[in-house]
Parts: sequence; C-alpha cells; structure tokens
Amino acid sequence: MSDLKSGSNLEKVLKAGHFAFTGECGPPKGADVEHLKEKFQYLKGNVDAVNVTDNQTAVVRMSSLAASKLMIDEGLEPNFQMVTRDRNRLAIMSDILGAYALGIRNMLCLSGDHQTFGNNPQAKNVHDIDSMQLIALVKKMRDEEKFMNDEDIDVAPKMFIGAACNPFADPYEYRVYRLANKIEAGADFIQTQCIFNMDKFRDFMKKAVDMGLHKKCYILAGVTPMKNAGMANFMSKFVPGMDIPASIIKRLKGVDKKNQAEEGIKFALEQVEEFKEMKGVAGVHMMAIEWEHMVPEIAERAKVLPRPVV
Amino acid sequence: MIVADQKSLKEILAMVKDNKKILIVGCKGCVTVCNVGGLKEVEILASIMKIARKKQGNDIDIDIKVLERQCDNEYVAEISDIINDYEAVISLACGVGPQFLSEMYKEKIIYPGLNTTFFGGATEHGVWEERCAGCGSCAIHDFAGLCPIARCAKSLMNGPCGGSSDGVCEINKDTVCIWDTIVQKKIKAGQLEDLIGVKGLKNWRTARDGGPRRSIREELVQGNI
Repeated sequence: MSDLKSGSNLEKVLKAGHFAFTGECGPPKGADVEHLKEKFQYLKGNVDAVNVTDNQTAVVRMSSLAASKLMIDEGLEPNFQMVTRDRNRLAIMSDILGAYALGIRNMLCLSGDHQTFGNNPQAKNVHDIDSMQLIALVKKMRDEEKFMNDEDIDVAPKMFIGAACNPFADPYEYRVYRLANKIEAGADFIQTQCIFNMDKFRDFMKKAVDMGLHKKCYILAGVTPMKNAGMANFMSKFVPGMDIPASIIKRLKGVDKKNQAEEGIKFALEQVEEFKEMKGVAGVHMMAIEWEHMVPEIAERAKVLPRPVV
Repeated sequence: MIVADQKSLKEILAMVKDNKKILIVGCKGCVTVCNVGGLKEVEILASIMKIARKKQGNDIDIDIKVLERQCDNEYVAEISDIINDYEAVISLACGVGPQFLSEMYKEKIIYPGLNTTFFGGATEHGVWEERCAGCGSCAIHDFAGLCPIARCAKSLMNGPCGGSSDGVCEINKDTVCIWDTIVQKKIKAGQLEDLIGVKGLKNWRTARDGGPRRSIREELVQGNI
C-alpha cells in the first residue's frame, strides 16, 4: 500500500499489470438518483472504475462530485471528472478536498467542452487554469501536501491522476509531445478520445512507445461502440475532435438497420482484442454513451471478465 | 486599438424615446479608425434618427460634435458651454467616452451608442479581429509572438485542446485555432522544444480579475516630463 499513490482500485489493477477496463456514466439532467443507481448496476463488477462526467458537452447535469459519491455508496469506484471551464482555482482545490473526503480516489483532469456547445452558451467561462495545470495542481496537493499557493494542507488528497489525450486532433505531429507534457505535469494514467481511426492510433502509439511514455504512465485506449450508422455520421460531423473513417460508416451502413448495433459492438470488440496486444496500451476505456445496459454483454464478449480483485 | 460596433438603431431610438433634443458626440480616436464613431458615422446616425422619429410623428432635434478624444478630460471639457442645451447625449465612443462624459457632466443623461468589443486590428478591409485581452502581464514571446489568452477560446496556456481541427477552433469554423498556429510556427522555426514542459498558473491580479486597474506614472504626476 505504501508505494501506491492513491490506493484506488484502478491504480491497484494497473500496477498489478492487469489489462484495465474502465467505464463511463453521465449523471442525469436532474436529481433522479434512482435512474442513476440503475445505470450503476450495469457497470458494477464489469469495470475497474467508472468515469463520472462533469457537465459534458457543457450541458448542465447533476454534479460529477455528487454523482461520484452516490456511486461509492453503491459499491462502485468513480473516476471523478473535473473540468476547468466552470471553476477557478479556489473552487477546484476546494472540490478536490471535498472529493477526497467523500472517498473519491481517481480524478480525470480536463479543460471541458466550450460552453458555446451547451445549453447555457451565455455563461462566462472561467479557465483560470487549464487541464495541464490542473494535473500539476492535483499532483502538488498529493505529493507535496501543499495548495497551489504553497500553504500546507492538513490531510492531503491522495488522488490517482488521470488526463485525456486526443491523438486525432490537430496538429497531429505535436500530440505526442502534448501527451508527454501531461505525463510530466503528473498524469498517472491517460484515457484517450474515442478511437475509430486505427491506423492513426497505431502510429500514435508507436511514437509514444518510442518516447518511452508508456513506461511513465498507463495509457487506456478509448472505445465507443456505435449504435448505428446515424450515430457515426453525427459524431463525425458534429463532435469536435472526432476522426471517424468513411470505412467505418460504410461498414455500419453495409448491414441492415436492425443489425447495425451488433456491427458497432463487433467493431468495438475487434478493437479491444487489438488493444490487448498493442504495445504501450494498458487497458481500455469503454464509453458506451447512454448505453450502459450493454456494458455487461460487451465486457463478457470482450473477455475481460471477471475483473481482477487486487 | 479599441474596436467597437454601433448599437442598432432600434436600441438607440428606445434609449432616447422620451428626449426631444439631443447631442451626438463622436470621437476621432479608435472608433473613427474602425468606422463607427467618427464624423461620418455621427452624421449618418443623426440623419437616420431624425427620419425615424419624424416617421413616428415625434420629431427630435439633434446636433452633432466630434471630439479629438473622449478619453481625455481636456477634450471632454470642450462641450461644457453647449451641453446644457440638450436633454441628453449619445456618445459614439468606446465605453470609456460615455463614462468620462458622465463623470464630468454629472447631471446629464449620457447614452452609449456603441458596444465596445475588443482590442484588435483590421485584418482586411471591413474586418477586425481580437488580439489582446489586456491581462496586464504580456507573455506573447513565450507563444511564438501570439496570445493564447486572448485568442484561444479557453485561454489555454498549454494547448492546443482536443477540439483543434485543420487549424480551426472547435467553437466556430471562422475562428483560427491559435494554438495550431503557435505550434506550426515553432515547428517551422525548429523550436518545438519551446513547447515541451508545463507552463505554470497565470497570475491574474494584473488583469481585470484583480479589480479595476490604475496606471500611475510618477514622473508625469510630478510634472517632471
């Protein structure tokens, strides 16, 4: 335990050398706790930790902190997402302390989708600090037991620090260096953007491995099973930073509409198989968006069950 | 310079709906350069307002005056002998102008005729773009001479974010991803190593976040220069 940074389940699974399998759960647009608990049940036992999104796509939802606590109460481990869009450094540090006090041990540090995408485009955006600085801040609070202003923390929050990486955004040639910067800032694990362009990801991972980044940080490959060709089309056109090759859309369109979901899952499973063997990949982050009930089947068919108990 | 846009005629007419005699004051500074508050624009606004009010059967008497600058009390004082002839004043200056007028002519109603938008410049005829956020501690030399605070939608100091695509920002296809430009410039100059490492938290005290700002030049205050 002493050599663990946070003692979270995700950290232990990764440290023990297991192929990690994380999930994701978006809090509701309301305070419907029962619905949330129902979604948790599909994830429980099937993943090592569950990302709890923070007002994703800049749409107001139940706070990720509160939803993370509800998740702990149901016996799951959250990966508490925090964006710098909505909080200044005071609120950020305060929420990190609160999160730790409530039992949260994993954090994913993000800048967040710009508020013009969401349902409150009139809002003031904060961006006092950026995602890179947030990573460094959480690390400082954990390792130096100090706030950003160098004042001491009495009981320091010991978080397993996560960061995102989008190999498909531009400028491509800089992306691997940006990943290196995040690791230098203090990221213990990385969850990538949803991967669809496998050729590009193979190239990206080769670059990351050549730089030795996989030895400094656990890299989890992001997978999102497509429900149908329409979803692939929509994500390709409207979700920033998505790279969906035409061949994927063609593959989904190539089967009957009623079979497209199965085709989407098949592609996701093929990806998981490849990631299990891909050098530098330490696990998969399965983002079954509003499709949590499919996670048990996906996990089963991906042959990642039972999840290790460490 | 300070860039501004003129408020809509509808909004301006609504402001002065109860006034019968007003003065429109232009400014020969930035707003003349960006074609919203100079003599020409003041004349046009006066003219269309008169026509609009006449159509409503509610004539308005409008005089005009263009000051050298509205951000300097020396020039603002130039209307002291005529201002009491008017019920109200519309200032066609950046947000500084109507406040200098309000502070000097305390009893007078001063309306802003412009919306002040940003510090920027013209990139082509008729197009102005933001360049500076006035944060009070310039560091563009750390970013290939370009400002991510003003020009990145998230003011990222360690960008670019995951929404950068083909040199364009995720928020709008007409918005350049300044981080893409910074990175490309550094790559071209063979200085990518400048972008390796983490830039620390910014001290925002010098920006508006530290409260309203004041700049004092002692040598000028003491009259030495």
